[in-house]
Amino acid sequence: MTPPAVAVKDLTLAYRDTPVLWDIDITIPQGVLLAIVGPNGAGKTTLIKAILGLLKPAAGKVEILGKPYQQQIKKVGYVPQRGTVDWDFPTDALDVVLMGRYGHLGWFKRPGKKDYALALDALDRVGMADFASRQISQLSGGQQQRIFLARALVQDAQIYFMDEPFVGVDAATEKAIVTLLKELRKQGKTVIVVHHDLQTLKEYFDWALLLNVHQIAIGPVEEVITSDNLRKAYGGRSAFFVS
Amino acid sequence: MDYTIFMVMIGSSLVGCVSGALGSFAVLRKQSLLGDAISHAALPGIALAFLITMAKSPMIFMAGAMIAGWIGTMLVMAIVRHTVIKEDAALGMILSVFFGFGLVLLTLIQRLPTANKSGLTHYLFGSAATLLLEDVKAMCLMGVVTLAGLFLFWKEFKLFTFDKDYATALGFPVKRIELILTLLTVTAIVMGLQTVGVILMSAMIIAPAAAARQWTDRLWLMVVLSAVFGAVSGLSGALLSGFVAQLPTGPTIVLIMSAIVLISLLFAPNRGMIWEWFQRRQETKLLRQKLMEKHKS
Amino acid sequence: MTPQLEIIITACIVSTACVIPGVFLILRRVALMSDAISHAILMGIVIMFFIVKDLHSPLLMIGAVATGILTVLLTEWIIQSKRLKEDAAIGLVFPVFFSIGVILISRYAGNIHLDQDAVLLGEIAFAPFNRFLFLGRDLGPVAMWSMGAILVMNLGLLLLFYKELKLATFDKALAATVGFSPVLLYYGLMTTVSITAVGAFDAVGSILVVALMITPPSTAYLLTDRLSRMIVLSVLIGIASAVSGYVMASLLDASIAGSIATMTGAAFLIALFFSPKQGLLTTYLRSKHQKTDFASKMLLVQLMVHEDQQEDFETTVTHMVHHMDWSIKFSKKIARYSVEKGYITRNQDQLFLTPLGREVARAAIVH
Ligand SMILES: Nc1ncnc2c1ncn2[C@@H]1O[C@H](COP(=O)(O)OP(=O)(O)O)[C@@H](O)[C@H]1O
Ligand SMILES: [Mg+2]
Repeated sequence: MTPPAVAVKDLTLAYRDTPVLWDIDITIPQGVLLAIVGPNGAGKTTLIKAILGLLKPAAGKVEILGKPYQQQIKKVGYVPQRGTVDWDFPTDALDVVLMGRYGHLGWFKRPGKKDYALALDALDRVGMADFASRQISQLSGGQQQRIFLARALVQDAQIYFMDEPFVGVDAATEKAIVTLLKELRKQGKTVIVVHHDLQTLKEYFDWALLLNVHQIAIGPVEEVITSDNLRKAYGGRSAFFVS
Repeated sequence: MDYTIFMVMIGSSLVGCVSGALGSFAVLRKQSLLGDAISHAALPGIALAFLITMAKSPMIFMAGAMIAGWIGTMLVMAIVRHTVIKEDAALGMILSVFFGFGLVLLTLIQRLPTANKSGLTHYLFGSAATLLLEDVKAMCLMGVVTLAGLFLFWKEFKLFTFDKDYATALGFPVKRIELILTLLTVTAIVMGLQTVGVILMSAMIIAPAAAARQWTDRLWLMVVLSAVFGAVSGLSGALLSGFVAQLPTGPTIVLIMSAIVLISLLFAPNRGMIWEWFQRRQETKLLRQKLMEKHKS
Repeated sequence: MTPQLEIIITACIVSTACVIPGVFLILRRVALMSDAISHAILMGIVIMFFIVKDLHSPLLMIGAVATGILTVLLTEWIIQSKRLKEDAAIGLVFPVFFSIGVILISRYAGNIHLDQDAVLLGEIAFAPFNRFLFLGRDLGPVAMWSMGAILVMNLGLLLLFYKELKLATFDKALAATVGFSPVLLYYGLMTTVSITAVGAFDAVGSILVVALMITPPSTAYLLTDRLSRMIVLSVLIGIASAVSGYVMASLLDASIAGSIATMTGAAFLIALFFSPKQGLLTTYLRSKHQKTDFASKMLLVQLMVHEDQQEDFETTVTHMVHHMDWSIKFSKKIARYSVEKGYITRNQDQLFLTPLGREVARAAIVH
């Protein structure tokens, strides 16, 4: 029996005394393309950070492929929200992508030929091969997002977490990202994406997790996106989106 | 060559080089002013080290300075993390209160009947001319340790400075990385106190890095350039103040560095302001030419 | 008046004059501009001194204030140019002016009473030697009167522009739409800081200016978040630090400025640990209680969910350990806390919700 990609058991997390996630209990099978949806401040970023061990939960536990995260670090790729870093940092696209190899290298060791080859290949996969030596502040929002994706790709992971990869990118990049997501799924990887746009949900993803502090529903997109569930998550405002 | 000037030259360029290299990371982490707090916070450490041991050894002074600078840094971080007080106020408080406490200790030491207390006040404004072989040796040791640490943890420091969350997700212990980087920075600052003094030490951390940033978009080149700018300013400042009477070394070094910053801000390719203005003018000219040609045909 | 009393009164006046602009500096997150300005003015003072050759000329103040404003302008210019971040810009400009000041002093003013130590460290103990004579009558130390004038100015500006300052500090956008120029207020504040710093420089030195402008307001900020209370508290803390600092200095025969700075720090440390709202000790105790309370609510929610599903499977302490990934000790503590609060009852190892517990659980879910 294969273990689930991600198993979250009774996870509760609070900043100081305000609960941000209440009693989250989810099991994500391997090989799905899952969107985490919910209104702003629903705790989507917080959930990803808790799964990746960046935040300490008040209760509950998380397992990746049947084991705690600390033992599975190399099997997880992470694409943070684009706005969390200083893009004026003096470095180029290739160098950022190489950072994805640092986890495999461990302490002290520098990236070698093989790592450079992997990084260049990843840049090619996201259509950024020509920008390898471009300073990162001179990239457009969409290009920066692709660099982040390439960085996660070279991690050569089983499960990918992406926080709002579609925000602030051009149509071409959006299309490229979707193609990449489907490609990853075809290779048997599990991809978990924080997503905003309910209209493209069915087209891009096969699973969805509807979240607003509490978990509202998880499962195949058609089952999750019902007007009832959406009302619970968004408070009636979004019945409009359901066709 | 004069022995004193020779010592000052070696000491100053060493200080410039090491603070330039480490300063790059301080500037990129937007923590430039932490250097100001650390150097001021070191003063009571130096005074206490003397009061406890009653010895005048550079190693003991530097150890005291490092411990006090370290405590100051930790306090700044704790205040910012646990209270509503923002970083600027926390830095300003640590800077002024530690320094004030250091003054109290210094005045107490002045009243002591011991003879070997002179030299402590050199740390206030820096007194490169008092550098002895013993001091320079200690500085060399600290410089080598600092630069070796920077080289050894290069990849980790880069990753941590650029994207802390990602470093954590990759499994790196970011708290430990931050600790090592801060320790190295404190060492670099303490190393320069006798030469340039508590007040101007922060400029040694910021200025070379600020200048270097304008010339390159590569981190390693920025660090190397910053170290070179620092060393060159240190060397030329020492020489100038050695040959011109009544020209204090620390301020001279700072002024040379600041001149380099100004030149960089104005003339560096791509980022320089005058460079940009010139570039824009060229572009407008070309555009106008093209329009004219179109109009003719 | 005895010289001691004169020193204490002068110290209190300096302290009050400094904390008033200080409150706005820390609220606007530009506290370190006080550090920058108080160092940079050295250059203005020295240059003006070379021109007028009189250490007590009011022109010195004009030179200093001009340098203070120049520091702010240059710093802003670098930030606006986007070549460097704010922290680096602040840290770059003032060392230049300070260095120029130091070099000018050591090259040209070697034997006059104007040395860098005096500017930086000050010596308020000398304040009583410099008398203010008016129509042949001795009215006290000059420093007391000059700082008194600056204090009156700061108080006047505070009362006059209180509403504007408050609005511009807490809501820049609204202030701009209502018609105050935040830029003008910012430079007004910086001018005030410069004037205060110059006035205080030969009495207490620039380091104490920084300590007084930042530390008492920060201490007050730990105790209240109302602007008016914060100002009053800052003034009181500043005066208390000045008086206790003087006492400490005379007991130890140490630097007065250094002692007062140390006392502002001591006051801050006390507030840092014991402030009823923000103190480390109080928040530690409170967060421990909150953690317990929060965990108890989680337990109640669990019990309610399983009650609805008609299972009694998870309602023992042992299962709590398993289910919530808590330690046995913590689970027992939470169970005990919930029983004490009347949320649950215990029958041997089984836990049951009381009606009160059910209500609390439901409220927690709706949260
Ligand atoms: N560091 C933090 N400290 C306190 N509260 C936070 C912090 N980060 C996020 N929050 C709060 O937690 C909630 C969830 O945030 P987040 O997970 O970023 O939401 P989302 O990604 O769904 O928009 C929000 O209400 C936010 O204000
Ligand atoms: Mg988010």
